[in-house]
Amino acid sequence: MAHDHPGDDHGQHPPSDMELRVKALESLLVEKGLVDAAALDAIVDHYEHRVGPRNGARVVARAWTDPQYRARLAADATAAIAELGYTGRQGEHMVALFNAPGIHNMVVCTLCSCYPWPVLGLPPVWYKSAPYRSRAVIDPRGVLAEFGVSLPDDVEVRVWDSTAEVRYLVIPERPAATHDLDAEALAALVTRDGMIGTARL
Amino acid sequence: MSAPDLAALPRLPRDADGPVFAEPWQAQAFALAVQLNRQGIFAWTEWAEALSEQLKAAGPSDDGSRYYECWLAALERLVAAKRLAGAEALAQRKQAWEAAYRRTPHGKPVTL
Repeated sequence: MAHDHPGDDHGQHPPSDMELRVKALESLLVEKGLVDAAALDAIVDHYEHRVGPRNGARVVARAWTDPQYRARLAADATAAIAELGYTGRQGEHMVALFNAPGIHNMVVCTLCSCYPWPVLGLPPVWYKSAPYRSRAVIDPRGVLAEFGVSLPDDVEVRVWDSTAEVRYLVIPERPAATHDLDAEALAALVTRDGMIGTARL
Repeated sequence: MSAPDLAALPRLPRDADGPVFAEPWQAQAFALAVQLNRQGIFAWTEWAEALSEQLKAAGPSDDGSRYYECWLAALERLVAAKRLAGAEALAQRKQAWEAAYRRTPHGKPVTL
């Protein structure tokens, strides 16, 4: 488990040029009272599900249906995900975590809210919350129980701490009795929380 | 919430459920335009004109990322035309944010 966040001593890597321009515009308009930050959040939230999670769902569905793709995803997730057109702007490295019988993976960022947004979109509010960030490592089964997930004792829970450089995508196990579904129908079964590891499919 | 007339916009990247964003900043820029319209800063038809001007200048492009680059450029120009924030103020503020990121340790919220 990687707990160190390299770059701590040197400040953060600024986001993309476009993101900085949006931040500049937004902060000036908020100061002038023309825009309300909470209302903006509400609008973004409303459209949030249009960003991201479907990208990750396509990666998962492909991994379920194409053994060679699955192997490439295991060897170099950044490259395999880029094959589908999803790339980060900040040079973050992607790692795919494969759930298997007896192994359940779960992702957290204990220091802040590092998140694989090219595949999952904007992080949910709870992911950024202090209780999730602290408790996911100390008591993962308790956190999972609050998400309605109870795992048998013989299932090992592996918690992965994201960093600015490494982001994780959980590849859930393919649900039973889905052999007749194509990749598109399979992708529709994959949830955001399933790819963070706080849900089972 | 009262929806802006998205159909009035030129070639908005969207599917049956609404706009499609490739990156979070695109959603933020989208929300800014929606809110300024709601505040009565500009009419939606005015916005559609400003946006289509940028899209025309950028040339034909089906890529959603270019679309929202035009979206942000249109927003910046409209905000300047309304004398709410000029190009210089925006550039200075952008530099201030960049500096703020560089001096803020990882894990701490970035503030100006």
